[in-house]
Parts: sequence; structure tokens; C-alpha cells
Amino acid sequence: MGPMQATAMSYEDVPALVTLMTGDEKHGGAAESTLDVLWVLYDRVLRVDPDAPDDPDRDRFLLSKGHGPMAYYAVLAAKGFVPLDALPTFGRYESILGQHPDRALVPGVELSSGSLGHGLPIAIGVAAGLDLEGRAGPRVMCLVGDAELDEGSNHEAIALAGRLGLSRLTVCVMDNRSATHGWPGGIDERFRLEGWTAATIDGRDHDAIEAAFSTDHRGRPHVVVAEVERKG
Amino acid sequence: MSAMRDRFMRVTGALLDERPDLAVVLADIGYGYFQDAGVVARHPRRVLNVGIREQLLVGFAAGLAMEGFRPIVHSYAPFLVERPFEQVKLDFGHQGLGAVFVSVGASYDAAAAGRTHQAPEDVALMSTLPGWRVHVPGHPDEVEAILRSTAVGTGLDYIRLAESVNPEAVPDGNGLTPIRRGSTGAVTVIAVGPSLGPVLEATADLDATVLYTSTVRPFDAGGLRRFLAAPAVVLVEPYLAGTSSAEVSAALKDSPHRLLALGVARREHRHYGSRLEHDRAHGLDAAGIRGSVADFVASGV
Repeated sequence: MGPMQATAMSYEDVPALVTLMTGDEKHGGAAESTLDVLWVLYDRVLRVDPDAPDDPDRDRFLLSKGHGPMAYYAVLAAKGFVPLDALPTFGRYESILGQHPDRALVPGVELSSGSLGHGLPIAIGVAAGLDLEGRAGPRVMCLVGDAELDEGSNHEAIALAGRLGLSRLTVCVMDNRSATHGWPGGIDERFRLEGWTAATIDGRDHDAIEAAFSTDHRGRPHVVVAEVERKG
Repeated sequence: MSAMRDRFMRVTGALLDERPDLAVVLADIGYGYFQDAGVVARHPRRVLNVGIREQLLVGFAAGLAMEGFRPIVHSYAPFLVERPFEQVKLDFGHQGLGAVFVSVGASYDAAAAGRTHQAPEDVALMSTLPGWRVHVPGHPDEVEAILRSTAVGTGLDYIRLAESVNPEAVPDGNGLTPIRRGSTGAVTVIAVGPSLGPVLEATADLDATVLYTSTVRPFDAGGLRRFLAAPAVVLVEPYLAGTSSAEVSAALKDSPHRLLALGVARREHRHYGSRLEHDRAHGLDAAGIRGSVADFVASGV
């Protein structure tokens, strides 16, 4: 593979960036499951700028499911947030890229994550804070895993977000059916009961992903359940 | 309502009037008091009640901090510090965010409520985390001073309110303040927060230097070295015994010294009753402190 320029990268370039971290053409499930959603978010949906990462009017994206962040780092690199030459250092002592992202180290990362169940409560605080500021533009998006929903803190947050009607908030649940005891009745229904709007989509279909994240859900928070292959 | 908590409510209400970047975050506990004081009516959008959800209490407050607000997070000590401890660790310190945490209940103010509402371990737990300043005021005036200074800060502050109140406030209790000077051979007694009252009563007729602080983290190591006469220290903390022993040892690492750490014993203490009865049981009333100090002195300063 020759030298790559982040400014001209496409979706097809991202697997090669992941390989710079994994050292293997065959990538782990955690890295793979989120790749399409992350690409579409950064390519078509989120209003973020690597030259102004602290713009108060930017959209906020919080990756709560910090496990297997290689796809996240690859997309951030492809979009100019993370230097490409940082990718091969993944996991090393001096690297900015660890097995869970650190907002103090990685440009463009809003949340240090890894321990499950932290991102959604924080995202709700961010959304409420933006409401208090009276800042109309920014949206807040948070990505969690279906197994991560086992953590009770998420359900504390899901309930409050519904009551507060945080319409700037969209949560993506990456559903690879890895929750040990499953979600009878469906993940989307859990959110609907608390007052959210919900959509379940194919987590590999880029147009469906873009449409689900662009829907009008005024007055209510929105959840997108993105189904991908069952975790092996 | 205790005098310290009453002052906390009133000063926080005034601070909300003055500072648009402040927000109070509650998990039901305390919301009624803020309503009764008219604070909710004045600031309905900045007194935020998440319900009985303590993990969310901390995470939600962290989100507000990400957006530039200075959250004042308040609940009972076991529900503010112990139950959501991982959120305290990761959602604030690890994210590089600041906040003011204010607890009530102290070690056993709700003695009759039993172990579930007691948290003598809170200061020890908070002390394991980097960057937190830990304040243990001994008087409502100190509560007000600490609140006013921390509200305008950006760091991590934990303020532990208690029902026990010293007869007088000690201004500027950030570091160790000499309250009484003994002879050059006197034992040094460090009184933290509300323990000053019983310490002064216990040592009234003893040759002892009494130092006071309402801020135990960071610990005033320089002050201890400066005021220490004989190399014998009695540390009196109104929470888990020995919580600051390592701080004293580190401060005096270059000089041989003796240390007696008084505080709440590390045991399941299955009794109800009153705070004063628990003080007596743990040897933290004036008579208990006097006996311990006298024995320590007699055993060889």
C-alpha cells in the first residue's frame, strides 16, 4: 500500500487503515460491526470539522461502546482528525491510540470510553447542557452496543431522556445480538416505551443509515437500531 | 435540616442567581429543600432532578460539564460517592472535567437509619482518585466560604457536610491552622472539620498543640512540618480511622515519628441510635479522644 492522503479517502480505503492497526487483513468483530455506521455518520451526517474540533456549534458524537475502536480510529483518520502515521502505533506505550479511546489523547474524540454504560448518561447531560445554552444547531449522537444495554445505567438514561424530550439526541444501538439474555420484544420497543421514536435498519446499508439518522423526531429523542451480523 | 445543609441550600441559591454557568444536579434527595427555599422557582432549568438514579446523576452532570457548566452534584454520601463510584472516577477525572460534589449524612448522621445510610468510607474513597480536593468543613461559615471559592473554580471538589458543628468557624482552613500551641515537647493533635470541638474539649488541660484543617486533600504537609514540635502526632478524623495516615507519614518521611490515627472503626457496627452514641462507640467524643491522647502521650513521646 502506498502513501495515503486523508483528504481524498473513501469508504473503500478504510479497511486498509484498520489493517494498519490490526496487522491482519481479517479484522475482529468488534472493529467490523461499527464500521459502516461510523463511516456514514462522519461522511454524510455529522457536522464536524477536523480544523475546528472544538467548534461550539459542532455535532457531538460519543462512542460509548469503546471496545474494538479500530474502525473508529480508521474513520477519524480518513476524515483528517487522527494522523495517519498514528495508526501503526496502535496499542503501543507512547501511542495516542489505545484499545479504548481517550478524549485527552485522540483528536476528535468527545468521550473517553471503555467501561460500558457511561456514554449514554453523559450524552444526555450534553444534550441538556446544549438546551440550557440555547444553542439550537448541534445534535448529540451516542453509539452503544446491544450487549452494553445490559448495564443498568443506560436504562436510567433512556427513561430520563424520554421524559425530557431531548430531541437533539440520537442513539445508535449496534445490534449484533451479543446480549447474553437478549431483548424480548425488541430493543426499539424498550426505547419507545420511554417516549423515544425508533427505527430498526440494516447496519450495512449506507443509504438506510443516512436516512435513519436524518429523520425528523422533533420533541422526542430518537434511537436507531442498526442490525449487523451476529457476533461469532 | 442541619445548619451546614441549610447554609449550603441558601448559598447555592444565591450562587445560581449570580452565575449562569452553575447548575445543581440532584437525584430526588434535596430537591424538596431547593423547592421550599424558592430556588427551583427562580431557576427551574438549572436545578435538575434526574430521579433516584445515582449513576445517571453523575454521568448527566459530567455531560453538563462537557458543555461548560459547573455542576453542583448533591446527595447523601453513600449515594453520591459509593454507589456511583466508577462514574465519579471515569466521568469526571478521566474525562478531564470539573465539578463540585456536596454530600450530607457524613459518617453516621443518620445513625438510626442504619448502615445503608452511613458512609464513613467516603473520604478514603475520594482520596484514591487523583485531582480531587476534599473539604470537611466544621462550621456553616466554612461551608459558605468553601462553596463560594469552589463554585468559581474549574477543578474537582468534594464537600462533606455534617450535623456536627464546631463552636466557631476557623477562617481559611485550607491548610493546617494552629488553634492552640503547646510546649516544645507537646504532642500535636490534628483535628479535621467537626472533630475540632471535641478535640479542644479533650485537650483543654493537656500539653498539646492543636492544628485544624477543613481541607484534607491536598493535605498540608508543609504546615505539619512547620508547626510540629515533638515528633508525635494524633490525627482525629470524623470518618474512617487512618484515612490520612499515609499523608502524615509522607509529610514526615524524613524524621522518625509516632502517629495515632483516631476515627471511625473499620467494622460492621450494627447499632442505631444517635450520632453522639456512635461517636462514643468509636471513641470520637471528648472523653474518648482524651483517653486515647493521654495513653499515647504516656506511652512515650
